[in-house]
Amino acid sequence: MKRNRPEKLIIDGKRLDGRAPEEMREIEAKIKVLSRADGSAMFRFGNSIAIAAVYGPRPMFPKHLQDPEKTIVNFRYNMAPFSTEERVKPGTSRRSVEISKILKEALSEVIFLEEFPRTGIDVYVEMLQSDGSTRCAALNAAALALADAGVPMRDLVAACSVGKVDGEIVLDVNGKEDNYGEVDMPVAIIPREGRVVLLQMDGILSKEEFEKCLELAKKGCERVYEVQKECIKKAYAFEAIKEGEE
Amino acid sequence: MLRPEIEYVRKLAEENARVDGRGFEEIRPLELEVNVYPKAEGSCLVKLGNTSVAVGVKMSVDEPFKDTPNEGILIVNAEFPPIASPEFEPGPPGEEAIELARIVDRGIRESGAIDFEKLCIKEGERVWAVFVDIHVLNDDGNLIDASGIGAIAALLSARIPRYDAEKDEVDYGVREGRLPVNKIPVPVTVGKINGKLLVDTCKEEEETIDARLTITTIDSGEICAIQKGRGGYFTEEEIKRVFEISVEKGREIREIIKNKV
Amino acid sequence: MGQIFVQERELVMPGKVLARGMDVLPGNGTYRDGEEIISKVIGLAKIKERLISVIPLAGKYMPKHGDGVIGIIEDVQPTFWNVDINSPYMGILLLGEAVKEYVDVTKTDISKYYDIGEVIYARVLNVSRSGIVSLSMRDPKAKKLHGGKLVRITPYKVPRVIGKEGSMVELIKEKTRCQIIVGQNGIVWIKGENEALATRAILLIERESHILGLTEKISKLLEGEEV
Repeated sequence: MKRNRPEKLIIDGKRLDGRAPEEMREIEAKIKVLSRADGSAMFRFGNSIAIAAVYGPRPMFPKHLQDPEKTIVNFRYNMAPFSTEERVKPGTSRRSVEISKILKEALSEVIFLEEFPRTGIDVYVEMLQSDGSTRCAALNAAALALADAGVPMRDLVAACSVGKVDGEIVLDVNGKEDNYGEVDMPVAIIPREGRVVLLQMDGILSKEEFEKCLELAKKGCERVYEVQKECIKKAYAFEAIKEGEE
Repeated sequence: MLRPEIEYVRKLAEENARVDGRGFEEIRPLELEVNVYPKAEGSCLVKLGNTSVAVGVKMSVDEPFKDTPNEGILIVNAEFPPIASPEFEPGPPGEEAIELARIVDRGIRESGAIDFEKLCIKEGERVWAVFVDIHVLNDDGNLIDASGIGAIAALLSARIPRYDAEKDEVDYGVREGRLPVNKIPVPVTVGKINGKLLVDTCKEEEETIDARLTITTIDSGEICAIQKGRGGYFTEEEIKRVFEISVEKGREIREIIKNKV
Repeated sequence: MGQIFVQERELVMPGKVLARGMDVLPGNGTYRDGEEIISKVIGLAKIKERLISVIPLAGKYMPKHGDGVIGIIEDVQPTFWNVDINSPYMGILLLGEAVKEYVDVTKTDISKYYDIGEVIYARVLNVSRSGIVSLSMRDPKAKKLHGGKLVRITPYKVPRVIGKEGSMVELIKEKTRCQIIVGQNGIVWIKGENEALATRAILLIERESHILGLTEKISKLLEGEEV
């Protein structure tokens, strides 16, 4: 898809959408967006919009797939046909299967799986609009949806992407930068522990560049974490109440 | 759904009441927003009560069908992704999704809402193909009406991208004119419980109804599509009554759509 | 000496460090990581001397021995029933725990005692380690529930719906002239004159259980005022 490649992706220190290299797009997060799901959330990086729904823990069938010691997490990432410039044919693709796998692995790190033997937790994410960093938006939405559903977790998971564009290290890669840039590197961390639970990269990076990317990604993930926490607080419109009310 | 909940909805219907306190001919609050998904040529997010449906219009250029060499192509597809309900499983569209897509398609096609000849670029060789993709987000009943409303609203607000005939390429970065849409077909679905007719059934009611009738009407009050679903039966009087309700509610909904696009 | 970083009833979420120190103990809804005690869920912090727990604001019902639950018969087997108790785990009601008299299972279709779709109020007898939940109807309060309607709420809101020593649910029963049974599993059975009003009151408690002034609001609602 290299036709229509813009001459430069960074002009006078500004990216095509006007951002500075270390600037993130507008982020938005909301929970409790779907009434039928046990937990749900929307997460947006600029024009990448993900909606996640969680069902469970719930009974798992067929029986022979049950694990007598823990719950089984199932993750399905899918793109709406109208989410990209060229229409996406409905159905799974190898890309969506891979993304589903790595996102499931990332979340399984934080969920207390042993608390729900013989059950399953289903996590579904639909991308309604895709403009780069889609797996990060999906993971951020999924983590919030799990918390909304009351699934016990060590922490939330926060994800963002970094990349290299016209030789510069940038934060929060958008669609054009993903297509025409040199490197795209999505990263997800368990914020309190700093553990990296998702890491992929395509392109070429020197060791120094990689370290710089990782540092920048951590900062980005921390920003995401703040937004996630704020959105939970808002959803409960909370006011402290006195002991006597109980 | 649990059987006791079905009994309860039935009992309320006997007493001329509904679970959410509505009248039998009252639709839930309808909200719609167009142009919500900028990568789509047209889009609409519909909320009918708690039912939420996203519709996107995508366009591409292709060869016309052999029997209509000077007409554009319309394809309507519906997906029921598992986010929308604990009962939806991942996988290709099942019979409910397929039926819904075909009902919405019929409403648009049979009403003549789109002037397909205006979508012809070069007869026999190149025409615009319009894809209407319905993506259910939350199923709280009456997906058909929500989807049909979203589909026509998305089509009305869609902008055609630029086609470069020399390169035989579509430039999605440029949006030119509107789609040639000149009618507003609106489906209205009525469910029947023990002879009582309920418009815009929510999920609990949908699980309880004996039969379902969808009638799509256009501005002139004419019918352009009908679909009976869910088994059961309707008497002639009931069908006439459903027709009256569909025209009336159709008008109400059409005004809301017109205000938003 | 341990430190506690949150206040009673403060809203906390997964990853929130609640306390530090080995003399502080992790209660329900929390876990220990080294010196720190951290929340596992979105909920309200609860501090009882040196025990820190979190009361979840959402989550599924996990059956416990002794709980009274409202269940719906899902399936009839030759010698037991499968009961939906609104949990990731299915309840099992054995014939011996359901029927007093002797039953010849080779000649009897036990659905005559409890049939698919019927609603029961039962006691949780036992929960095995792998999550097999046995129920019993051999309890003075256990019975079949006929008619009425069922309301589903988040199980963690059940104590609020019941109220201190049952005060809240008694108020609703009185003002709506309904029988009300609240299952620990988040299912509430209502039967009586003003089922709709009772339902509204219960759903309001569920929605606003953590907000100031709820009791007053409920009283107003039950008096017929707009809230």
